[in-house]
Amino acid sequence: MWEYTEKTLEHFLHPRNVGEVENPDGTALVGNIACGDALKLTFRLDENGKISEAKFKTFGCASAIAAASALTEMIKGMTVEEAEKLTNQDIADYLGGLPKEKMHCSVMGREALEKAIAHYKGVPVAEAEGKIICECFGVTEPEIERVVRENDLKTIEEVTNYTKAGGGCGGCHEAIQEIIDRVRAIPRPEAARPRLTNLQKIKMIEETLEREIRPALRQDGGDLELIDVVGNKVQVATRGACASCAAVHLTLKDFVEAKLKELVSAELEVEEVSQ
Amino acid sequence: MTTIYLDNNATTQVAPEVLEAMLPYFCDLYGNPSSMHSFGGQVGRRLRLARDQVAALIGASPEEIIFTSCGTESDNTAIRSALAANPGKRHIVTTRVEHPAIHALVARLAQEGYRVTELPVDGDGRLNLEHYARSLTPDTVVVSVMWANNETGVLFPVEQLAVMAHNKGILFHTDGVQAVGKIPLDLRTSAIDMLSLSGHKLHAAKGVGALYVRKGTRFSPFLIGGHQEKGRRGGTESVPSIIGLGIACELAARNLEKENTFVKSLRDRMENALLERVPNSRVNGDRHDRLPNTSNLSFEYVEGEAILLRLNEFGICASSGSACTSGSLQPSHVLRAMGVPFTMAHGSIRFSLSIYNIEPEIDFVIEKFPPIIEELRTLSPYWEVGQAVCARRDFESV
Repeated sequence: MWEYTEKTLEHFLHPRNVGEVENPDGTALVGNIACGDALKLTFRLDENGKISEAKFKTFGCASAIAAASALTEMIKGMTVEEAEKLTNQDIADYLGGLPKEKMHCSVMGREALEKAIAHYKGVPVAEAEGKIICECFGVTEPEIERVVRENDLKTIEEVTNYTKAGGGCGGCHEAIQEIIDRVRAIPRPEAARPRLTNLQKIKMIEETLEREIRPALRQDGGDLELIDVVGNKVQVATRGACASCAAVHLTLKDFVEAKLKELVSAELEVEEVSQ
Repeated sequence: MTTIYLDNNATTQVAPEVLEAMLPYFCDLYGNPSSMHSFGGQVGRRLRLARDQVAALIGASPEEIIFTSCGTESDNTAIRSALAANPGKRHIVTTRVEHPAIHALVARLAQEGYRVTELPVDGDGRLNLEHYARSLTPDTVVVSVMWANNETGVLFPVEQLAVMAHNKGILFHTDGVQAVGKIPLDLRTSAIDMLSLSGHKLHAAKGVGALYVRKGTRFSPFLIGGHQEKGRRGGTESVPSIIGLGIACELAARNLEKENTFVKSLRDRMENALLERVPNSRVNGDRHDRLPNTSNLSFEYVEGEAILLRLNEFGICASSGSACTSGSLQPSHVLRAMGVPFTMAHGSIRFSLSIYNIEPEIDFVIEKFPPIIEELRTLSPYWEVGQAVCARRDFESV
């Protein structure tokens, strides 16, 4: 027997917001009956752009029903922008956690929400397209990439628990392993960008200028000098050919600032000062 | 809350008579049956009685019974022994609907280089005899076909299959774990070489089983050790459990008629009432050649685990072949082998009764069950008040 939390069982036995919203602003059906679970989500916005009503219908096990019930409770009162930020882990946390083999129920909730919001906005859902990796359960490459990244998954078994991919014939295990290796080789943004102290930030800016930027400018007879760093504003003065170049603001924006954003911090902006 | 136990193919309650017979052998008569002193010797004599009782139930001679720890050990012993005794042959015949004790074992043997034929079944879970006959080759060592299916209760004509195997000089093993004690069987008149049985499926304790090996069959032990079981299974006998198994077999022989009349009538009443009261429902498996206690039903557009947990709220115990209960993400291999449609396979429930069930329990299930399905269907996106609206387009695209 699965170890469900009391809250999960409570939502399963007494699900909230069952049904379909009339004249919904957003609607989505994810999953399908062959795979063993499906979720239809509908929501409506009030005049302030907040979700005033959300309802679900679920074909599936106890945790699939509980996760959908939880999802509708969570998004009520949220703006679309707020709802967009919900992750599958938020749904699982709301229920006090789910057995690891049942995490795919929380992922199904997040997918339904995303698809319903996309429907509201009239845009396609990126994850729904892309190459099918798992034929048995119809799971695409972008879907797998996303759960691996967002939930820090390390093994094929974990991917199966979260998406069902690989839980059928097993023919896609090699492809799933390749995706895990690929995604995990790219350091996660938070991990690669620890919060910098001012001192570290200035040091990294100086190093990047010396190593990556000034040599390139010098090739065209130009140069620049770091004057100061105020918060996230990097103040530089142009030298040499740059000082008299009409297009220098483009160089500063598209090359200098882009490099600093890439290698130091995405929040940096470059300003030209005269000194 | 009282428990209504309808999951007897999973395990059964120990019969009070069985427990009573076991108890003295824990603290008072705890001797080792192999000992030279009479304190142990009396235990050895008691084991002989248990062996007689087990043999009597299945129409065997006592020396054809080897006590084991469970049905799985019996299955493993039988197949490994057959292979060891015929080292020149490399082919095994079995079915797609066996219990994991055989299913997983032959998968392992395939990795070890044996050739395995798993025979398909039809929509009612039946074998095709011509297909079976064609599968038997000069290279075939052993056939292993279960007597009764644990999920659906469907019976295979193992006596006929055994004769066909024998005519080609092939050993025949049957997993009789679900059949023994539920239907009459007599190995004296059959060509079956080996049969596995398990104590806890017939009101004995967990952790005891037996393997029948026909006299004259070449045998190679699975557990190597002492001289117990005439050198055919090392390890000190689980004395209280074996004594309990003997009593359970004696009780089963006495209750066989009740099983096939009273239990069967309870099962049929419940099954017919549920099929009548719940639309879009069906029986999985052949309704005629079937164990008297088992009912495997499917309810379209609802999921089995959800049904079980709602039943649990009423103290009703059953099981399901749905994906979510197996933890494997796919419906049971038995239902898949039968080609049960997806809309049905995920919503399967197995009820398995015993002689300890009573009519009011069945009435209670008949009363509580239909509203559970009705409520879960109101939650289902594939169901609109009173009718199926399955988005076939949606699942056919998978």
